[in-house]
Amino acid sequence: MRTDRLVLGAFLALLLMVPAILSPYYVTLLNYIGLYAMVALGLVLLTGVGGLTSFGQAAFVGLGAYTTAALTTATDLPAWLAWVGASPWFTLVAGLLITAAVAVLLGSLTLKLSGHFLPLGTIAWGISLYFLFGTMQSLGGHTGITGIPPIELFGWTLDGGGEIFYLIWAFLLLGMLTTHNLLDSREGRAIRALKGGRVMAEAMGVDTGRARMIIFVIAALLACASGWLYAHMQRFVNPTPFGVHIGIEYLFMAVVGGAGYVWGAIVGAGVITVLKQWLQDWLPSLLGASGNFEMIVFGILMVLVLHRAREGLWPILKKLVPMRTIHKTIDAQAEPLPRRTLPAPGTLILEAKDVTRRFGGLVANNNMSLEVKAGEILALIGPNGAGKSTMFNQISGVDTPTSGEVLFLGKPVAGRDSREIARMGMSRTFQHVKLLPTMSVLENVAIGAHLRSHKGVLSSAWRLDRAEEARILKEAAHQIERVGLKDHMFDEAGSLALGQQRILEIARALCADPCLLLLDEPAAGLRYKEKQALAELLKRLRSEGMATLIVEHDMDFVMNLVDRVVVMEFGQKIAEGLPEEVQQNPAVLEAYLGGVE
Amino acid sequence: MDMSIALILGQDGITNGAIYALLALALVLVFAVTRVIFIQQGEFVAYGALTLAMMQSGATPATVWLLVAMGGLVTAFDGLKALKAGQMQRAGMVAGWNLAYPLALVAVLSALPVNELPLVLQVVLTLAIVVPMGPMMYRLMYQPIASAPVLILLIVSVALHIAMVGLGLLFFGAEGHRTPAFSELSFDLGPLMVTGQTIWVLVVSVLLIVALYQFFERTLYGKALRATAINRVGAQLMGISPALAGKLTFFLAAFIGALSGVLIAPITTIYYDTGFLIGLKGFVAAIIGGLASYPIAALGAIAVGLLEAFASFWASAYKEVIVFTLIIPVLLWRSLTSHHVEEEE
Repeated sequence: MRTDRLVLGAFLALLLMVPAILSPYYVTLLNYIGLYAMVALGLVLLTGVGGLTSFGQAAFVGLGAYTTAALTTATDLPAWLAWVGASPWFTLVAGLLITAAVAVLLGSLTLKLSGHFLPLGTIAWGISLYFLFGTMQSLGGHTGITGIPPIELFGWTLDGGGEIFYLIWAFLLLGMLTTHNLLDSREGRAIRALKGGRVMAEAMGVDTGRARMIIFVIAALLACASGWLYAHMQRFVNPTPFGVHIGIEYLFMAVVGGAGYVWGAIVGAGVITVLKQWLQDWLPSLLGASGNFEMIVFGILMVLVLHRAREGLWPILKKLVPMRTIHKTIDAQAEPLPRRTLPAPGTLILEAKDVTRRFGGLVANNNMSLEVKAGEILALIGPNGAGKSTMFNQISGVDTPTSGEVLFLGKPVAGRDSREIARMGMSRTFQHVKLLPTMSVLENVAIGAHLRSHKGVLSSAWRLDRAEEARILKEAAHQIERVGLKDHMFDEAGSLALGQQRILEIARALCADPCLLLLDEPAAGLRYKEKQALAELLKRLRSEGMATLIVEHDMDFVMNLVDRVVVMEFGQKIAEGLPEEVQQNPAVLEAYLGGVE
Repeated sequence: MDMSIALILGQDGITNGAIYALLALALVLVFAVTRVIFIQQGEFVAYGALTLAMMQSGATPATVWLLVAMGGLVTAFDGLKALKAGQMQRAGMVAGWNLAYPLALVAVLSALPVNELPLVLQVVLTLAIVVPMGPMMYRLMYQPIASAPVLILLIVSVALHIAMVGLGLLFFGAEGHRTPAFSELSFDLGPLMVTGQTIWVLVVSVLLIVALYQFFERTLYGKALRATAINRVGAQLMGISPALAGKLTFFLAAFIGALSGVLIAPITTIYYDTGFLIGLKGFVAAIIGGLASYPIAALGAIAVGLLEAFASFWASAYKEVIVFTLIIPVLLWRSLTSHHVEEEE
């Protein structure tokens, strides 16, 4: 029996017994912890995993609560709407739909901007919505709405703390399971790449804007569900629990518990809720005045957590129970992912025509032309500052030429985003390694297969993607073996030596099944044997019909490997030809060794 | 609405807008130099206003004890470190500014009949108490994690905001305060009655903006801050200490915050938690300027002030909703003009 399952089983068994053994006070406390944890779970996804944050989650809770409160208590609804108010289950759906619509609207306004606009925007709209709840007389103003009916489930009325307890924790556990599954999938890898790997993910074909929207909406829906439960537990709502300061408290819960961990949500909600109860009893008598003085302690506590244990409490708790790390299994029987048909050797794959790129007065590339054919390795070399990287950026679509054009498979590259270019079959590595250091080598490489697979969020969340996931992992494992990193397959990518990280990037690029491989200084940092192995790999790819463009400084490596060489200096092409020819070329010798006076 | 009401509202809007402009400038400055989103700017406003009010009521302002506590902590960290390294002079400096100075302030406040002092001295004392909290706060809360991502710094700011509001309640109680105007002067300008306080706010704001401009254009320290804002690492390599830049920035921001509080206290009743909403309006203006442009932020602040004034006339219940919803078209416009995928810091 695995330790983790044992601990989980014990936890679930304890939960089942709670209403029977604990006094109503503690059951109510646990109800609140469950409700708060659900909101904090959304923030785990948003902040800890996705690197975004929102102080407006309380407003989403309010949307859920007020939607159900208004619809289930209204007496004069128009006929077409009246049926919704008949059952809390209908109003749950209505609340989720309204919340999703609001979240999509807000998300489309703020998610394209750099990260700090979202939290600022959420503070502002959280305040707006709070004042709106308070001033709209149809929502009861500051006194709120009373007389909300309890939830009924198969004829069972959940009107006591002990009954709704099961529903709250079932919702929470379902949310946690969904989040956990989602993170361990194709979409999940894309989401985990949001924090610190957006440029790389885009180059692998991930729509990072969409991934951000997905987690923002999921977080909002979790908050909305929490609000729905809250309204039917309390049986009345008023604006107070949905203000921006409560939104801040939710964020504290996620951060204190461990914003990067699904279980951190429960830990954080538990710690903050219990601490709040305790401080509210204790502080006013100590200070001799009444007020929300626990906020002082929370504020300072929060700063201390961020200074001393930025990962939160969960990783510290986790160490108390030693557990074996469980590696993913690679299913050798899984069907291989579909491959693209490579163009016949000799077909023109990439063509740069008279590419000129000016930065103000500086001409970084001047009338550069080059072509790469299928089944050929072309090296682009030149001294430092020759304009190689600029040229590389024009070809990979990161930068747009001032004049001239780059054609990939006969289509212009300029003006397309990295995702489209990746989809067309161009795959690249980065001069400065871009990978996700805390994810395993296997998962990093699997991101490369993003465009070769299609399962979306819902299938991932409910495990309908396992067949495809097995195919992705098999492909990733295959590419890892191919580049010689088999022994490191389950290591954290950040633990590899720099040279190996470069190799990992090649495996990731290959995982995308490209027809053109762009390698930016792949041999830098490699040892002699590793360079030989890399050269062997590239030769094998060439024989399969792959077109490869290499920018490289290591002349031995280049001259023994490539078919043709293009030499640049001061932004211009000074020579082109077979490796032996280029080495004899007086212009090249002068560029590298200086002229003879 | 007739012309005279429009003029009165316009005057209100521009007066408040001038305060928001000052706050917006401080927010842009702090963000540019330290990447900190200075949520607790509003608390400095409230602390400034309420410290002055407390002094005028004859009590020793409780904020001075906070200053003593913060200074004590800074001395404990930096002073001991300097002592261990054998830098006696440095240790003396640290203890002097962070320990002796707050204690001297306590002595002055308890020795003088502060409520009988002229207003200008009370204002100076208020600033002397509240402003040094800025650099101390930077030292204690931000300096240890100065290279953390923007998001972490933002969460720290929010946490400090929460703590400062709680402390504000403890120090000043739940009642609001309004201080007497700087001058009782008022005169008619056509159909409009202009009060002395309005003139004070506008003149001080303009003077402060001009002074800041001169500081950044003419002085070495101002240029050092600008350099840090443009390129942190580059500035550090040129010998500009990021810690010094941070403290200096927080000093300026705290000064602007506390002074704004002193200026606005005769116009609006200030409660311990009023600062947050005032500060956020500065934020709306700063966001209009993209957290980067000073002139656009200042113009945005005037717009926010005017919008607030007219909204309070037409739909006073929805005043805050309208002001904070203004941020949405601004974000929309910013969102439509940015197409770049970039890595977050």
